[in-house]
Amino acid sequence: MSTVRDGPRPVDPGPGIGPTLAPEPYTVWSRTQDTRDTATLVLAPSRTGSVPAFEPGQFNMLSVPGRGEVAISISGDPGRPGEWVHTVRSLGLATQAIAGATPGSLLAVRGPYGRGWPVDRAWGKDVVIVAGGVGLAPVRPLILELLRHRDRVGRLEVIYGARTPDDLLYAPELAGWRHRTDARFQVTVDAAGREWYGDVGLVTQRVPDARFDAANTVAFLCGPEIMMRLTAEALESRGVPRPAIWVSLERTMQCGIGLCGHCQLGPYLLCRDGPVLPYADVAPLLRIRGL
Amino acid sequence: MSDPVRPITTAELERHPFLKGLSGALLQALVASSERREYATGHSIAREGDPAREFFLVEVGKVGLEIADPDRPPLTVLTVGPGEVFGWSWLVAPHRWRVDARALKPTRALVIAGAALREALEAHPADGYRFLHRLVPILAQRLDATRLQVFDVYRP
Amino acid sequence: MIEPGSSWVFPRAEFPSLLAGLERAGYRVVGPTVRDGAIVYGTIRSVGDLPEGWTDRQEAGTYRLAKRDDGALFGYNVGPHSWKKYLFPPREQLFTLRRDGSASFEVTPPPDDEPPLAFLGIRACEIAAMRIQDRVFVGGGTPDAGYARRARSRLVVAVQCGQAGGTCFCVSMGTGPAVRAGYDLSLTELIEPGRHDFLVQVGTPEGAGVLADVPMRPATPADLSAGEARVARAAQSMGRTMDTTGVHEVLLRNLESPVWEDVGRRCLACTNCTLACPTCFCHSTEEVPDLSAERVERWRRWDSCFNLSFSELHNGSVRATVPARYRQWLTHKLATWFDQFGSSGCVGCGRCVTWCPVGIDLTAEVRAIRAADARAVPPEGGPAP
Repeated sequence: MSTVRDGPRPVDPGPGIGPTLAPEPYTVWSRTQDTRDTATLVLAPSRTGSVPAFEPGQFNMLSVPGRGEVAISISGDPGRPGEWVHTVRSLGLATQAIAGATPGSLLAVRGPYGRGWPVDRAWGKDVVIVAGGVGLAPVRPLILELLRHRDRVGRLEVIYGARTPDDLLYAPELAGWRHRTDARFQVTVDAAGREWYGDVGLVTQRVPDARFDAANTVAFLCGPEIMMRLTAEALESRGVPRPAIWVSLERTMQCGIGLCGHCQLGPYLLCRDGPVLPYADVAPLLRIRGL
Repeated sequence: MSDPVRPITTAELERHPFLKGLSGALLQALVASSERREYATGHSIAREGDPAREFFLVEVGKVGLEIADPDRPPLTVLTVGPGEVFGWSWLVAPHRWRVDARALKPTRALVIAGAALREALEAHPADGYRFLHRLVPILAQRLDATRLQVFDVYRP
Repeated sequence: MIEPGSSWVFPRAEFPSLLAGLERAGYRVVGPTVRDGAIVYGTIRSVGDLPEGWTDRQEAGTYRLAKRDDGALFGYNVGPHSWKKYLFPPREQLFTLRRDGSASFEVTPPPDDEPPLAFLGIRACEIAAMRIQDRVFVGGGTPDAGYARRARSRLVVAVQCGQAGGTCFCVSMGTGPAVRAGYDLSLTELIEPGRHDFLVQVGTPEGAGVLADVPMRPATPADLSAGEARVARAAQSMGRTMDTTGVHEVLLRNLESPVWEDVGRRCLACTNCTLACPTCFCHSTEEVPDLSAERVERWRRWDSCFNLSFSELHNGSVRATVPARYRQWLTHKLATWFDQFGSSGCVGCGRCVTWCPVGIDLTAEVRAIRAADARAVPPEGGPAP
């Protein structure tokens, strides 16, 4: 509000503002096909220049120029600056073009945008992370950050749900995580063939198994809204206070800076105020159909 | 098929979370009809359509509940682990398994004969109510889970 | 000395010299003009372009021009256009991206060769609306470059309303009809038997500069009170009122009110209200590539929360029903705008009421929600529902 006064013109917001929504050129460095429809890209600046720092849970706006721009959460390791890592599921023209971009191809990127996971609230606490489907992509940086500062948090429980074993993201990395002794990763799928010896069922059904001190826990949830609501309920029934639960919400984002109005959820502009928000604040809104 | 390891006691029954806190009279009535079984990985515990005569309380391991049809590979729709239960068709006519049950890990389970359970629950109605009061929420939760599976919640 | 804070009077016959002053100062003057049976905003080259002797008659779903016999230049209320089309154009190129071989690209903003704009005839509610959009586009963390550029150079020549339209409710919203801030010059048209003058109040040095060659005399106390009387008459003739007491809480605790279904059955989701609204800012971006995608233009265009596609997510639209979309619009305008931008999103101009083809009146809908709320919520100390 600081740049609008009582005068007839807004006070100069500062010299040299270029096109507000201008992207930077990035080159696809590597591409990993995670699942049938999802790929992970590592991007490096096409020109010399630094990659901005980001918080786990933030997102970038990505496009193959001419094919449309979409918001994609950042999946990279916050401890490895200098590159963008994005996991992209092919759903429409824009995401098909991005997910299909081969090494050497050019992408337009702007960001990072939004408010991420409140990592500082995890210090000294037990942490429960519950992700569903491609919801693992925005929590990967959080998991990596917590593992890097493993001594600063108590128990670390991750529950990850997907449709089938073929839909699991980051399979090799996930296998490594599951072998860790200092964190517990439960993976569950909705349905599986006989080749799967893991759990089958909802992520909520894994909550009773998770080990944490409910009164001293923070929970970070990311996935379909109905999954997050049921998971929050399961955590609350185990005694986790609602203010200790955080969710990452999704609505279409076009500008990323709170100007275009697409990503509204009641009082929130999710691109600006979210995507990560306190569950206590949004729970009543998530119950309203068509909001 | 594995053999009973040894006779079990009411104390061992009560150690399973599902039975914990039920009355001594009920557990006493069940102990003679209960046994502990062990299954190797891959062992078929029950087949869809078979008579359902037993209630399973998993102590160790993991059991997959599957459905199958001739032209489709078996599909696991739920796994049941330590402290959890499966097999409730002994309670519901016509007492036939509605899923295949298969050990996905070396598994140990308490097994209670369904006929004895029905008799004991009827003979001790207050305990019978408490027993069902524990069983129905599990069924409800599995029904909820099935709904979300039908909803295909992680659909692209 | 023509100083900020001073007031002057010039006769109607000297209006061209005000226009000349604006042009000499390098402004492109935009203001009211008659086109297609409505008073819209366009380029003003001479006094002849202004809607001299015209007024408008407005009601819910109704707008008609009518002649007036006093030759007033600003004797109308507000039309279907708002000034946002100049600061936040309906279609605007954001940038052009040119591939630089295959390895990189360059982004260039569109040319900035537009002269600064002078808004002639902007009303108090419209200044309020402009300041609301200023907060959206340049008041937050990331100023919008194009909007900021145009807003920084604009000149605001306001006109105080001497009458109110049938759908006006600026008094309820606290935005008018008096022009109290945010102007370079504020005009009041004084028409009495034997007199057609303009009272001009100077707000800024830029405004003072424009008046340098306008033959005028200092305003007398009688001139000032004549101006105040006209504004007071407008304030007393508001066609609508809206009770804004606690409207934020009332709307947000009634997100499932039956009123939304009711209004949703009447609403055509035509988007007229959002296009006519001087504060609605929702827009979409799209890319226009050349055939080889070597050169891609990124554009933005006005969009509307009434469009089904506006809330589209992977599997369909979040606000799939018209009641949900009307609720989004009204609750945003009157309630959640406070949370997002620190003020109401409504200035009481009445455009959405006038230009709704089925005459939906938001002041009536808010009353209906309040009535339903009063039925649903027991009075203080009463039994819980």
